[in-house]
Amino acid sequence: MTDPTQATAVELATALSAGEVSAREVVDAHLERIAAVDGIVAHGDVWNAKPAEELTPDQPHAFLAVTAAAARAHADDVDARRAAGEPLGPLAGVPLALKDVLTMRGAPTTCGSRMLEGWEPPYDATVTERLRAADVVVLGKTNMDEFAMGSSTENSAFGGTRNPWDLDRVPGGSSGGSASAVAGLLAPLAIGTDTGGSIRQPAALTGLVGVKPTYGTMSRYGLVAFASSLDQAGPFARTVEDAARLQSVTWGHDPRDATSVPGEVPDLLAGLQDGVAGLKVGVVRELQGEGYEPGVELVFAAALERLAGLGAEIVEVSLPHASYGLPAYYLIAPSEASSNLARFDGVRYGLRVDAPTAEEMNAATRAAGFGPEVKRRIMIGTHALSSGYYDAYYLQASKVRTLIAEDFRSAFEQVDVLVSPTSPSVAFRFGDKTADPLAMYRNDVATVPASLAGIPALSLPAGLAAAPDDPTTSLPVGLQLMAPLKRDDLMYRAAWAFEQATGFAALPTGPRAVSRSVTTQEVR
Amino acid sequence: MALSEDEVRHVARLARLALTDDEVVALAPQLSDILGYAEQVGEVAADEVVATTHPFALADVTRPDERAPSLSRDEVLAGAPAVEQDRFAVPRIVAEEG
Repeated sequence: MTDPTQATAVELATALSAGEVSAREVVDAHLERIAAVDGIVAHGDVWNAKPAEELTPDQPHAFLAVTAAAARAHADDVDARRAAGEPLGPLAGVPLALKDVLTMRGAPTTCGSRMLEGWEPPYDATVTERLRAADVVVLGKTNMDEFAMGSSTENSAFGGTRNPWDLDRVPGGSSGGSASAVAGLLAPLAIGTDTGGSIRQPAALTGLVGVKPTYGTMSRYGLVAFASSLDQAGPFARTVEDAARLQSVTWGHDPRDATSVPGEVPDLLAGLQDGVAGLKVGVVRELQGEGYEPGVELVFAAALERLAGLGAEIVEVSLPHASYGLPAYYLIAPSEASSNLARFDGVRYGLRVDAPTAEEMNAATRAAGFGPEVKRRIMIGTHALSSGYYDAYYLQASKVRTLIAEDFRSAFEQVDVLVSPTSPSVAFRFGDKTADPLAMYRNDVATVPASLAGIPALSLPAGLAAAPDDPTTSLPVGLQLMAPLKRDDLMYRAAWAFEQATGFAALPTGPRAVSRSVTTQEVR
Repeated sequence: MALSEDEVRHVARLARLALTDDEVVALAPQLSDILGYAEQVGEVAADEVVATTHPFALADVTRPDERAPSLSRDEVLAGAPAVEQDRFAVPRIVAEEG
């Protein structure tokens, strides 16, 4: 195997089981590339990212911490057990990047916040545990918008992450570190979390497959909560099959999560290659048009033609309340956040700023530990839940949520899957939307309806479009596929057929793309 | 709705956020904008609609009442900013009797 960092997870798994490469060689190749390009101080058992002010413009800053020693030890263990003839899982020895919102022992979990800087969790998230049980080797923890609040990863307290397709642009967010790691060939797989689009939008902006599984099918145990009724972990990968394999080893009921859905989850691989001939594909009327960039609309129109060419029946459907998704989301998510983040009170974990009374200590700690966007959302949520406003804001938004879920149920009586663009825009430049919070929130317009309904949704690359502010730069555009509750399998099946017909190579190209070779000197 | 700076200070007190004057001045128009946008949900006739909190409407989720390992006291206290006598330490909450 010439360069393991350019291989897909399935290619790596095949080479590993054939003995063509060892897990240690695969892990070392990725660690070398991370050390060379990402802006990491490659020293000690856990490598830390450099402080933001020391990073250079060619460093993606995808990882906050790299668990190098633990990853090497795990890889050696996989190799030893393989040599001994032990049965291993289908992804054994394949490396992965984990969003820093999921707990893992042996390294800090910061959630991109000064509030938790240096905090080491005393337990593993269920997702982390299942990755370990599947012998997927965790390379480290990835950068993110603080407490997963944002759509560009610019809200990380530790500095932003760069898009491997154009290092002057954002990778989307909030799971921007995970997206940048996979698109930048620092890991073949990553786990992110998606509350209103935080996996799908960065996947779209970095040319990857990114999936928000059905709500309740990926355990939230050990996922630091932002909005509990919406948060869901899910895979990033360079191919649909890689994503399906990663979801297969991490999802399913968990008794430690009271919101986990009981019962079996569907087999994502059995019908993966069945094609879309005869499937009814609904185009959501409300999730296109005004506010979507012309380049995005062109690629979306071509995607519909491609699906039709594969034998899918394309019909237009309406989700009458979809346009209320974004306002409802920006009441529900901040309300839940204001409640969840009350736990950061300077008592049990993280930062404390001393003050004479408990209330002053709480308020001073939270003022110092939270960044501007987290404060903004806590303020919106606290107001929306406060006496006199609860009915008009939180309760009304939760009722609109019911109507949106009913819209989807009606639509799925007519069609098998729904499609829309994932994001209204391609990757934008740093600072373009930070001055206006509402402009940033509008990135989520196409992704929040599925979040509110709890249905599975996936983004995969549909093609490239010229950047509106720079016609010489071509950037990825994502196609969003949505399916009924617990029909993630149907969504993957449609995605696989589309991917095969599209032939999109998920490798960054362009004048400001991250270098594919390992050494720092050759970057840019 | 437009939020005044006094209202922002009131909400900040409820949220236990010690905001600076500059933050209050910046937040008042931002929160007013966001809430003004979010108020669109009021256009939807939803009086008879039941609110959704979970797509699967789970209720009363319980587990078998069995003993299971849990974290040790030391593991739990290891991440705390201040510990005294195996407890989380906080500033005095109840005033001493005079």
